[in-house]
Amino acid sequence: MSQQFTPNNPLPQEVHVPDRVAKFSPEVEAEIDRHLAKYPVKRSAILPLMFIVQRERGYLDPPGVAYLADRLGVRITDIWEVATFYSMINTEPVGKYHLQICKTLSCKIMGEPKITEHVCTRLGIKPGETTPDGRFSVSLVECLGSCGTAPMMQIGFDYYESLTTEKVDEIIEKCESDTLSNGVR
Amino acid sequence: MFIGAIGCEPLQLRRVGLERSRTLDVYRRNGGYESLQKVLDGMSPDDVIGEVKKSALRGRGGAGFPTGMKWSFVPKDSPKPKYVVCNADESEPGTFKDRYLMERDPHMLIEGMLIAAYALGARVNYIYTRGEYRYLIEIMDAALDEARAAGLLGEKILGTDFNCEIYTHTGAGAYICGEETALLNSLEGLRGHPRMKPPFPAVAGLYGCPTVVNNVETLTAVPDIIKMGGEAYQKLGTEKSGGTKLWSVSGHVNRPGVYELPMGYDDMEKFIMEDCGGIPNGRQLKAVIPGGSSVYIMPASDIIGKDVRMDYEGLVAAGSSVGSGGFIVMDDTVDVFESTKNLTEFYKHESCGWCTPCREGTDWLVKIFKRIESGGGRPDDAQLLLDLVDNIEGKSFCPLGDAASWPIQSAIKKFPEDFRRRVANGTNGDAGLPTA
Repeated sequence: MSQQFTPNNPLPQEVHVPDRVAKFSPEVEAEIDRHLAKYPVKRSAILPLMFIVQRERGYLDPPGVAYLADRLGVRITDIWEVATFYSMINTEPVGKYHLQICKTLSCKIMGEPKITEHVCTRLGIKPGETTPDGRFSVSLVECLGSCGTAPMMQIGFDYYESLTTEKVDEIIEKCESDTLSNGVR
Repeated sequence: MFIGAIGCEPLQLRRVGLERSRTLDVYRRNGGYESLQKVLDGMSPDDVIGEVKKSALRGRGGAGFPTGMKWSFVPKDSPKPKYVVCNADESEPGTFKDRYLMERDPHMLIEGMLIAAYALGARVNYIYTRGEYRYLIEIMDAALDEARAAGLLGEKILGTDFNCEIYTHTGAGAYICGEETALLNSLEGLRGHPRMKPPFPAVAGLYGCPTVVNNVETLTAVPDIIKMGGEAYQKLGTEKSGGTKLWSVSGHVNRPGVYELPMGYDDMEKFIMEDCGGIPNGRQLKAVIPGGSSVYIMPASDIIGKDVRMDYEGLVAAGSSVGSGGFIVMDDTVDVFESTKNLTEFYKHESCGWCTPCREGTDWLVKIFKRIESGGGRPDDAQLLLDLVDNIEGKSFCPLGDAASWPIQSAIKKFPEDFRRRVANGTNGDAGLPTA
């Protein structure tokens, strides 16, 4: 607790150990540079960069946080402060297939409870949990802007709409065999 | 899902059905970028703002503030850079119109933003899209690249001295970032907490500079306003609510979808029963939330036979408001206690935690709803809920607290029997909302 985080001393000693700061390929670094170039203030790129770290490392882990603090010239606490505000930033590992079922009103009245029950029974987990093999996570989330095609869920960044229990079975089978293609495009 | 216009020629939706409607080629062959050309050919920034004022265009994000007036608040003599920020953080439950505008016609948004940037003297501009709409960010990026390659974006646009850049930006799952000052904080790389107003963004917005934040549907209306003239656009609607409006229709109707209606469309009963195909499975209409979850709920008795005019004034007169145009239809299987609890949970989840009345109040509301649901209802619970929302409404920086209060106030007032049954008898054994 004695460690002072200041702009001049952005990283606590223990994370200055090289492998405690994430490293990325030149291609990813170039992608990060392209985002940084959009803004007059580097910190503005914090969310786009968090998504990149998350994509590369599975979730926003401490070395990823240390990397962002270095890259954006802010304190580690600044990164955590933002990361914990946004529901799409995962600060803990999630399953390879994260089934996010919309539970807000339009989906609710159009059959979300049935879909949720079906998904949970099939995977043997409750909303908020991950299967022991780390393959599936299920969450109930708030409105995803798909109300005219309710009920729906999002897996990764893809939308799966007008769901029925049959459609859900098909999607989960594809996840199990790693042959899931994009949802709505 | 239906996408189209009823009661008018499609304006904002006129290209959505075309093959390859996303491409610059199709956009240009269907009148695209002619308005930008017209502006650059000889309209001054004041001329543009004047046309938008004449159009009676009101902000389509939910608040309905007159767009031309918002633009005119930007100080012309400020030495600071100015910004136009497009609010594509569409998160209001029941609303999905911006999604289809960006998915099917991204260049219309780019043209609208370019004209707004010209009028306001903005050189760098951002489209803030909710993080879940990743595929739309990819579509917008592709369209922006196309526009850049065609000399419509960047330096010396269309051979003039007008320089302008537009970038996409991603949110990361926070409803509150649809509130314009929270959006600006988020764009600056901070938590999405709303700011105290004043100063308004027009004076001190992004990075403390003059900024206009407009909804997607607002900006996509601008090219047509320039093309046909503000007055002609206004005449498509009513005196105070100009033009056309997109309604996102969901819930218990036979034909959900995105409907473009002239402002002042007459009337809501016909819209639900005929245009949207009526209520499925022979059920009766029970209630409508016409403008996204944050507006007052309307019982069928306030709609059927009441000639409710669908514009800002008409809906206020009928006891609700246009909001974002997120039109949620509920049949008689829905228990309004349950639907209100569902929305209250939404607001509790999305309260950003900045202001105590909203952070604590929404949590208490959910606790009371859960207690009633589990059979612990007390006779004075409805009054307790009303007292609680009275201590939230108007007592926080942004309207999220108000938005959490209004559904409860109107639900208790309009559907007292749904609350009375729960409170008096404890649980009625109905664990979830009925499914279709």
